[in-house]
Amino acid sequence: MRRLLAMLAARRGRGRLHWTDWASYLHLLLGLLVMFGPVLWLVLSSFKSEAGLIEFPPRLLPYEQARVSVQGYPQPLPVFRITAGDFKGRELAEVRRIGLQAQMLDPASPGEILRVPAQDRERVMRLHFALENYTDLAGRFSFGTYLWNSVFITVTATLITLLINSMAAFALSKYRFSGRDAIFVTILATLMIPPTIILVPNFFIASTLGLVNSPWGVIWPGVATPTGVFLLRQYMLTIPDELIDAARMDNASEWRIYWRIVLPLSAPALAVLAIFSVMWRWNEFLWPMIVLNKSETFTLQLALNSFQGELTTSWNYLLAMTVLTLLPVTAIFVLLQRYITQGIASAGVK
Amino acid sequence: MKPGHGFRALLAGMALATLSAGANAATEIRVACYSDGNECEATQALLPKFEKDHPDIKVVIDKQAYKAILESLPVQLAAGQGPDIARTTDFGIISQYFLDLRPLLKDAAYWDANYGPTLDWLRADPSDKGIYGLPTQITVSAPFVNKTLFEQAKVEMPGPKASWEDWAKATRAVAKATNVPFAMAWDRSGHRFSGPAISAGAKYFAADGTPAVVDDAFKAMAKSFVGWNQDGTMPKEVWGGQGGGGYRDAFEEFANGQIVLYLSGSWNIARMEKQIGTAFDWVAVPNPCGPAACSGMPGGAEFVAFKTSKHPKEVAEFLDFMASEPIYAEWMATTSNIPANAALQKKGIQYKLSPAGTAAMNVFVQQGALLSPVAYRLQGYRYKQVIFNPIADRLGQAVAGQITVDQALDRISADVKDQLATVAKK
Amino acid sequence: MSDAVAGRSGALARIGASLIGLVFNLAERPMALAQRVLGAPRLPWVFLTPNLVVFGIFTFLPIAIDVYYSLTGGAQLLPADRPFVGAQNFRELFECESYLDPTSCKRDLFWFGIYNTAEFVVLQVGLMVVFSLITALVLNRKIIGRSFFRAVFFYPVLLSPVVVALIWKWILQRQGLLNAALDGAGLSTVNWLLDAHWAFGWTVFVSIWAHMGFYTLILLAGLQAIPRDVYEAAEMDSASPWRVFRRITLPLLAPNLAVVVVLALIRAVQIFDEVYVLTGGGPGSATTFMVQYVFQTAFSQQVRQYGLAAAASLLLASVLFGLTLLQLRSMRSKDR
Repeated sequence: MRRLLAMLAARRGRGRLHWTDWASYLHLLLGLLVMFGPVLWLVLSSFKSEAGLIEFPPRLLPYEQARVSVQGYPQPLPVFRITAGDFKGRELAEVRRIGLQAQMLDPASPGEILRVPAQDRERVMRLHFALENYTDLAGRFSFGTYLWNSVFITVTATLITLLINSMAAFALSKYRFSGRDAIFVTILATLMIPPTIILVPNFFIASTLGLVNSPWGVIWPGVATPTGVFLLRQYMLTIPDELIDAARMDNASEWRIYWRIVLPLSAPALAVLAIFSVMWRWNEFLWPMIVLNKSETFTLQLALNSFQGELTTSWNYLLAMTVLTLLPVTAIFVLLQRYITQGIASAGVK
Repeated sequence: MKPGHGFRALLAGMALATLSAGANAATEIRVACYSDGNECEATQALLPKFEKDHPDIKVVIDKQAYKAILESLPVQLAAGQGPDIARTTDFGIISQYFLDLRPLLKDAAYWDANYGPTLDWLRADPSDKGIYGLPTQITVSAPFVNKTLFEQAKVEMPGPKASWEDWAKATRAVAKATNVPFAMAWDRSGHRFSGPAISAGAKYFAADGTPAVVDDAFKAMAKSFVGWNQDGTMPKEVWGGQGGGGYRDAFEEFANGQIVLYLSGSWNIARMEKQIGTAFDWVAVPNPCGPAACSGMPGGAEFVAFKTSKHPKEVAEFLDFMASEPIYAEWMATTSNIPANAALQKKGIQYKLSPAGTAAMNVFVQQGALLSPVAYRLQGYRYKQVIFNPIADRLGQAVAGQITVDQALDRISADVKDQLATVAKK
Repeated sequence: MSDAVAGRSGALARIGASLIGLVFNLAERPMALAQRVLGAPRLPWVFLTPNLVVFGIFTFLPIAIDVYYSLTGGAQLLPADRPFVGAQNFRELFECESYLDPTSCKRDLFWFGIYNTAEFVVLQVGLMVVFSLITALVLNRKIIGRSFFRAVFFYPVLLSPVVVALIWKWILQRQGLLNAALDGAGLSTVNWLLDAHWAFGWTVFVSIWAHMGFYTLILLAGLQAIPRDVYEAAEMDSASPWRVFRRITLPLLAPNLAVVVVLALIRAVQIFDEVYVLTGGGPGSATTFMVQYVFQTAFSQQVRQYGLAAAASLLLASVLFGLTLLQLRSMRSKDR
């Protein structure tokens, strides 16, 4: 381990590939498999039928038993390959099964019923993407409404978060006043409160304020985030005070200094907070579940979870819905990747 | 991207808001619902019929996760923010908000005659005559068996009076002969465990009516059960692989042909039909016997009405509609559930099931008639989860090997006592 | 075509920017007024107000209510309906024959929660820092596709805990992907979530999987901030790579490492969602952590022992508060 670390610490890269380069690429490829493989598995699984999902051993790609429509039978019949006996090697459709005997027919000549022992056959599987997992969603509920609610909550909450957290961070980083440190410590201390703990009192407060069943009931409680204040303050500390003093000389008001000088210079940190806020809000579940209970106010996460009953869960829809909810965050991430990595980098340094 | 796209979306949103505000002119009834299959969807499908006769009432079904109802409903009701009706199985703490529908119903006698036993589940005690809700179905717990495996192993299936011990022996023989990893599995749930325990003679309540869960029969069944988990008759992960009082079924293992006998209940019929398909033959069998009974457990959720509703009259009208015989029959047919309605139980429901599904449904309906009075009493107990949760939690710990069976039994008693003391504290 | 699109989105961006500008301009007058009336020294409080109001209403007030809950008993939820019991909830939590043996305690799950959480924090934070550091070191090298791999390691950070847990549950259950792969390779399968040690190990792994990307980026930034000439000087001295790492890289990376350790600690103590979905706290109570105990007591029992949950959560919060002070001290020493 130590040796590996040591080797990795060195900056090679000139000339031919050193063995540490091989080790690095091995690490990265393993990382690719472990970090991304499971997500890919989720996406593939979302195209499986309910029966396909619980099959063991699981298949990588979505397969289901082939079926064939035969005249005279209202439902398509499942197809089997015969593995032994008189019909060995043929593909027959099953009409019905009685005990150990199956009554089958050849789809080419449907008139004749053939009897086959049940253990002498295996299912014929075919690749089938269960797109109905996705298309049914539209019919099962008002997807558009939930999407709109989620987007509205995410965007509004993120904008407010950015505004008020940057204001607080500005005050905490660019002013000296008595009580500053106490305030900062108090805000940071709230980082320690697991949100689960204050769920119930918060509901009574939201209810008193008339925020129940309103998107604002989800938005307000989370907009003041200790992480946000912390990240932004740390970043703003790196902005030289001379810039601000120069602006004050020019008689700029404090507000103008805040939004014309400090805010633009904090863009990378704001980008980080933005992506985190988007992520938190988009994925938020427990609190919306308690505050929102009218279906027209539901977010995507709530709709997704409504597939879970007491005794059963509709996994196929739940997975399809999960994949759909992943798309926007993924898209934002891909678009803003550069800012995010830079921002986290700069925020973490100080 | 089109210019002004966001703006248009905003406008659309506003238009939608005003639209729904316009719809508020009619009285709105909110139903918090969860589905184990298609219960909410089936209710939704019946709404047009109701709204045709009651154009002034608009019923909105809010489909949520079961856990959402379980966890947030009490908080909402305490804050006066609850729905008008909720589908739930927890009739404990929220019972203080129940609305008595009796004076509001068109024909309370019809309800008493047809839904009598299940209406009791919502009542505080025998002197309570209130009608607080409508059962959305009845469930019965009983085992499913993989018949194909029995045939392959050439083992005779135990008859209707066989004991759990007989079944354990037979299914073990089948598992061994067919190279299937496990003989039996029971859903991880105190409710499911209680069927066999009651058959063994567990009484659950003392003479004075207070819960006394752990008695000799209960102990004996707990010991057999943990023993079966330890000797490999049952897959340990079902009860041991999870913590807390949480539910876990063994449906997946059964559907994959890894288990010979699976103790679950009538709600799984439609799912079996859909997901097992032609893979093997599955049948429902009568509940195995013990010295005291051959009983499973009844169960079921109810649509309960709340006092906090601003429209009790309309709530009663809606539930009257759902309870009426033709509507209830249609509801049960689409959800493949056993009706709680006595008249319909006699007449039978025309299910849309395959022959295998219909056969299984018949077994469950018969089993419903054979349940022990103790089972009904337990299910009708207001704080039944206070009993069920520790059973799953503590026996789960014992199955996982973290504590002994005796420690688990002590903990069950202590947990039940502790929680009931919390309720009693006023 | 693409020009038109670019033009449109450019126009859109301009509209957005001018809208934001408008909002800030609107605020300028009142803020200037506030500056004149209150004077510049009090202005920071104006900037702080919105944040503090929200904190006050949705964080501090609920905590105060929780303090009251912790002193009451019964099963009612409205604080007014609950009987006052004094310190009884706290006493009950500490009612043990031996603090080393959770099964001897009245609230055994609370103590299982404490011990499990402590073990989890040590393992998870330790391993995660090591993994993040190695990954950061690798990503800091001149490698092909660096930004792609950086994104790959970061991506799981974006997933909700529930999704993380669901994905891994499907992989780890007895009939899951991992066992299918082992089976296919002719190896014997393991019931990952049934064995207490494996299950615990997997919760550690899964939470590292879900969070390490964030910490890797912080460390990577620290590595990139180390001036190149420092290394070049070391290379001239032909110092061994291990020596370079220990004498140069580690000390210069210390501030970032401190941030990482403290943030990871706070996160780890609060571990809940992903484990709750993955193992439900099992097998038995092998992965029942503090926050889960609080949640179970307050929400998933039929009778909600909210006073007990509030008491436990206050204890947890005070432990966490100690950790914050630690963090602040480490930051202070850094600022100097």
